[in-house]
This record gives sequence, structure tokens and C-alpha cells, in this order.
Amino acid sequence: MGGHLPVNKTFKLFIGGAFPRSESGHTFQLRSDDGRLLANAARASRKDLREAVRAARSAQAGWAGRTAYNRGQVLYRVAEMLDARRDEFVAVLRDGGRSDESARNEVEQAVDRWVWYAGWADKVHQVLGTVNPVAGPFFNFTYPEPTGVVVQAVPDDPPLLGLASRLAPAIVTGNTSVVLAGEAAALVAMSLAEVLTTSDVPGGVVNILTGDRAGLLPWALGHLDVNAVDLSGAPADLPDEALADAAENVKRLVHGDATAASPSVIAQFLEMKTVWHPIGR
Amino acid sequence: MADPKSDDPTPEFGLDYAPAPESTAVVSLADEYGLFIGGEFVEPRSGRTFDTINPATEERLATVAEGDADDVDRAVAAARTAFEDHWSDTPGSVRARYLYRIARQLQERSREFAVLETMDGGKPIRESRDVDLPLVAAHFFHHAGWADKLEYAFPNRDVAPHGVVGQIVPWNFPLLMAAWKLAPALACGNTVVLKPAETTPLTALLLAEVLRDVDLPPGVVNIVTGAGETGAALVEHRDIDKLAFTGSTGVGKQIQRSAAVRRLPLTLELGGKAANVVFEDAAIDQAVEGVINGIYFNQGHVCCAGSRLLVQESITDDFVERLKARMTRLRVGDPLDKNTDVGAINSAEQLARITALVESGVAEGAVLHQAPCDLPPKGFWFTPSVFTGVQQSQRIAREEIFGPVLAVQTFRTPEEAVEKANNSPYGLSAGVWTEKGSKILWMAERLRAGVIWTNSFNEFDAASPFGGYKESGFGREGGLQGLGAYVRDAEGQA
Repeated sequence: MGGHLPVNKTFKLFIGGAFPRSESGHTFQLRSDDGRLLANAARASRKDLREAVRAARSAQAGWAGRTAYNRGQVLYRVAEMLDARRDEFVAVLRDGGRSDESARNEVEQAVDRWVWYAGWADKVHQVLGTVNPVAGPFFNFTYPEPTGVVVQAVPDDPPLLGLASRLAPAIVTGNTSVVLAGEAAALVAMSLAEVLTTSDVPGGVVNILTGDRAGLLPWALGHLDVNAVDLSGAPADLPDEALADAAENVKRLVHGDATAASPSVIAQFLEMKTVWHPIGR
Repeated sequence: MADPKSDDPTPEFGLDYAPAPESTAVVSLADEYGLFIGGEFVEPRSGRTFDTINPATEERLATVAEGDADDVDRAVAAARTAFEDHWSDTPGSVRARYLYRIARQLQERSREFAVLETMDGGKPIRESRDVDLPLVAAHFFHHAGWADKLEYAFPNRDVAPHGVVGQIVPWNFPLLMAAWKLAPALACGNTVVLKPAETTPLTALLLAEVLRDVDLPPGVVNIVTGAGETGAALVEHRDIDKLAFTGSTGVGKQIQRSAAVRRLPLTLELGGKAANVVFEDAAIDQAVEGVINGIYFNQGHVCCAGSRLLVQESITDDFVERLKARMTRLRVGDPLDKNTDVGAINSAEQLARITALVESGVAEGAVLHQAPCDLPPKGFWFTPSVFTGVQQSQRIAREEIFGPVLAVQTFRTPEEAVEKANNSPYGLSAGVWTEKGSKILWMAERLRAGVIWTNSFNEFDAASPFGGYKESGFGREGGLQGLGAYVRDAEGQA
């Protein structure tokens, strides 16, 4: 028997640093343009979402408590590991119907995006924070803090750059994220999970759920321990009632562009804290 | 230092001050006010009006138009026309001139505004004169300077105003909240429809006169008075480009529901249940003053009021005794009296709400302490109150009372203080009292709130961003961070 029969990868979910199957046992099939079976990917359930939010909440204080310098290095490590697995991502993108050149471009841009946001970790405070000249004997300053747990409906297209462009600015300041990847971006997202797990990103800082993004979003919008929901990749026909439910705990609803890179994107996932300290003898 | 116990050796100083009422002659009220739309006062299409009263006397001050959806529509149309015809093209340097003019007018007519604010809302003249009005003028003056510097405020961004902004302000700081909303909106080139609170519309209407006097073009600011229905009509209006609301968390959530569905830019400044944390190593007398100011300022009608005192267990008994002693020295009564510390409750409705919550505190087993004081026979009043023996599960520890009622809890370690302070759906403000600098910053880092006062409380400034975490809302008002709520990325920009 000649040649090597490939060992196909099983795609599961990424929750709390582990790769569990969906508790529901549900999967969906992904096939290449020419009909080849790529994977039976996991279709995350509402319970998987709850587990992911719990993992994200548990990891949040520790991640935010790291030094900015350290978070910057962890994100840079993501770029390193992504770059090292460039060919694998090109292959996954090509399976999704992309040309070799387009796939290579996207992987390079995604690596660049992770490097770019890595560098922001210890600069955000200096760019977005202020010392405020109040009319009284106070030292008064404003600085950014992470919002907390963010659920991110990431864009389908471009899958890898879109994921980098939303996820990196959310976590760089100390938020933790539950990524909802649609079916089209599922394999790219789960491949990135393998990068993250080998990149010193603590378990629970990023959690990735694949499958029925439109079905999971209403649960995320109504979840009382979620601080913000990123709708940049949300379907346009999300039910009104689901969006309205975000008000139940005054969630931050974030709308964003799939590929924009700016400190304004980082700011979408931040709260501003102002401290008054008296000046006196 | 006076021993506040019952065997108090301090001689009686005779703290019954002679009355020192501020004259109301400086205010000349019209009997009726229309809606301010397109630069003039107009009759409401609704045909409806309501009376606004002085909550300290229950006397009618004026009759005010109650706008309905039709009136809101007319105001939004005026704002849209002004935006499209000229305001969006008016250079920042010119917008700045208008804002500077408004600031100056407010400074010059400051006493008149302060007296009217006190008459309509019940807050002590000392506060409207020394806090509200100076901050109002400062807010316009501060933002005037931003109007022609937006490219420095938002470097590497091509920003544009939203267009027509709907703004709804509360009754606790009527003119100040209007200033916080109007100044950044105008500085950034938006036009506005403002809805003042039902019980305190008068200073906004007097401001309309100022806007006319400074020749602000018609339609740039429109003021539609009314109650909840009027506000709802503004929130639901389809030609609004951005909404800003300050008020209760309950109403804020309803507004967010509406705005979320339409993906409408929104900022919310909502309720609070701020912890004021006093450590054993605090400057105790200073902390007592700060706690008193934190809760009794403006009768406790303050979203950032320090309504939960967290005091370290080792000093609790002494601290509470001092607090109770200090409470007896608060002068409650005529808001127009220059010696008054605590004025009238803003409305009968609010008084009923406070009363119900205080009754719940007693029913749930907390111990109520009230300073003995003679309340005026007419008007709405509530005796400054402190609850001890408060459990976290009690309503008085969890819900915003928005009145002069303090709930005292204790803690042993800084970690426990953080845990208790953050145990609230709210996150607007917090206070920390200790003489140890590193502990101040350790606490400030961990408290989940937008404004942290250390060895101070209830300080405000136009340059200092104000706003909450969690269910206290999102967005900031004041300073550079506040300005951002009133611009969007220009078309074609990311």
C-alpha cells in the first residue's frame, strides 16, 4: 500500500483552555468546494455558552491583573505561533475556497495584526488616559480598565484577519472573550485555538464556540454575567427582542468593522475610571 | 475634640441660626411657558400643560407646556433643519464663540439661575449657588475651547457630528445636567432636542432665553418640556441620530432596549449605590465630614451619592457615634435660607419612594437613627437618616434610595471591603478614606466604579470625566473622554 493516509483532525470547542466536544453531541459537516469532507465540527449549545462564560469570568481578574508588558508579550507569542503555522492556515483558507495568494496575504495580515495589538498593551493608558486639570486642589486622572467578559460574534469574512481584528483588541487590555464563530469561519477559529493554547494565553482568556452563531447570540445577549457583546459579525436579522435583552444588565453593545485596526477599537472594550486624590500638606 | 456620647461636655453653642433667606426678587417668572422650538417659545400642539411647583412650599411657580409626539416631531424637524442648513457647516471656532457667550451669560445671571433652581427643585441655595451654577458655567466654558480643537481631541480620526441628538435630563441637578449634555453636543457640531425633567423644567426654560440672547441660531437647541410620555416620544423618534439619558436605571434600561434594536448610538448615566469605605487609619473627623457630604448633599438626590458606608470594624462604634452627632448639626429646612444644609425632597412621588424604602429597612430588621429636627409644615421633607445593622440582602443595602438615607455596613480586611463595595449591580462611584497612599491606589484599582473619590467625595469638574461601570450606564461626561460620545467616524472611515 503506497502513500500516507492523512490523519484527519477532530475539531471540537475551546473552553477554559481545554478542547471539549459540545455537551449536546451536535456537530455539523464542513466540506470543501469539491465536496470533500473537511470536518465534523462541533455545534455549540446554550450550555456550552454558559460554560464558556464561566471560564471567561474565572480567568478575567487574573488576566487583567497581569502587567501590560506581560499581556503584550503573550499576544506577541500568538503572532509567533501563528506565523510558524502559516502553511496550515493557508491550507484551511484554501479549503474555504480562497486562492493561494489571497490566503497567504490574509495569514500575513493576521500575523501583523496580532503583532500590532501586542504592542498596544502598554501604550493604551498613555494614549487614552488623561491627567485632568480640575479647578481645585486635587490630582485627578482618568485611565482605562477592561470591561470584563466579552462575547464576540466574529466576522465570517475574512475569517482569520477578522478574528484577529476583533479578538486581539478585546483581550489586549485584560478582557476575556467568548468567541462565537459562524460555520464558515469555524475551522479557522478552531485552528487559532490551537495557536492560542500553545501561546501562553491563560486558559479561559479566549474561549471559542463554533456552529449556530445566530442561535447562540440571543443567549449571550441575555446572559447577566456578560459585560459586552461584540456584534461585528452578527447576522443582520438578529431578533429585536434579543438585542433589547442586552439592556437587562446594561451590556455594552459593540458594533465594529471586520478589519479596522485602531486604538478606538480597543476603546470599545474599555471603561474609563477617574480618580480624585486631594493635594495637601 | 468633642465627645459625642450622651455625657457630652460640649457647651451648647446655640446653633439655631437666625433666618437668612436669599431674595427671590432676582427671579421674574412668566406665568406660562411654551416649548422652545426653532428659536422661539411656541404653544404645544398637544394643547396640554402642567404646573411646576416649589417642593418646599407646594406653591405653583408656573404653568409649563407638555409636549406630545407631535411636538417632539416638530422639535426634531427644527433641529434637523438647523443641522443641515448651517450648523454642520459652522466652523468650530464659531461654535466656540457661542459656547463662550453662553458661559458668560450664565456667569452674569448666576444668582438668578441659582435662586430659580432652588425654588423649582428644593435644593439648598448654598449648593445651587456654590456648586451647580459655577459648574454649569465651567462646563460651557470648558467645551467652548474644544469646539475648534476636535482634530487634536481625536488624532488620526476623521470625525463628524452625529446630527440631531436627543437628550433627557433628570431633576436632581436640572441645569447642570442640561449643561453636561448640551455643551459637548454643540461643541462637536450636533443640534439638540432637550427634554428637562417634569418637576424641574424652569432653569432649562430660562436657559432658552440665554440661548436667544447670545443669538444661537434657531433650531440648534430645542427644549421640549413634559413627563415620561414626552421623553418616550423623543426616544422613539426615527430621525434622532444619538440619544443621551441621565436618570434611573429602570428607565435607562427601557431606553437601551429601544436604542439597541435601532443600533442607535447611546450614552447612559444611571443610578448608583456607591460605597464610601472608611479604614481605621483614616483621618476620622475628615471622613465623618466626607460621609455626611457624600450622602446628604442635595438631600441624597445624587446618582453618585455615598449611600453605603463601609466602615472598618475596629472603629465602627466610635465612627457611628460621631456620625450621629454630626447629623444633629445638619440644618434641614427652607432651601432658600443660606444656612440650610438639607433642603426639600424634590417631589411628593420621590418622598413616597424614600419613605417606602426606609420602611422596608425597618421591617427587614435594620436599626434606624434619625436626627431630631423640626420639619416645615408644608412641602416635602425627609429627616436625615442612618441605618445600622444592615445586611447585604436588605433592600436598603441594594437599591438606590435617592434620598438622605445612609446604610452602614462593616468590614475587617481591605479584601472584604472591596468584595462588599463591588457587590452591587451598580458601579458609578466610590469613596476611600485612609491616610495610607498605597492603600488608596490599591483600593482605587479594585473598585469597579467610574469615579473614585479618595479622602474626598462628590467633587465634580468639567475636565473630569464622569460616568459608570456595570448597570450605572456607559459613556462619560466631561473632559476628553466625554467629548467622544458626540462624534462618529466620518463616512468612509473605519
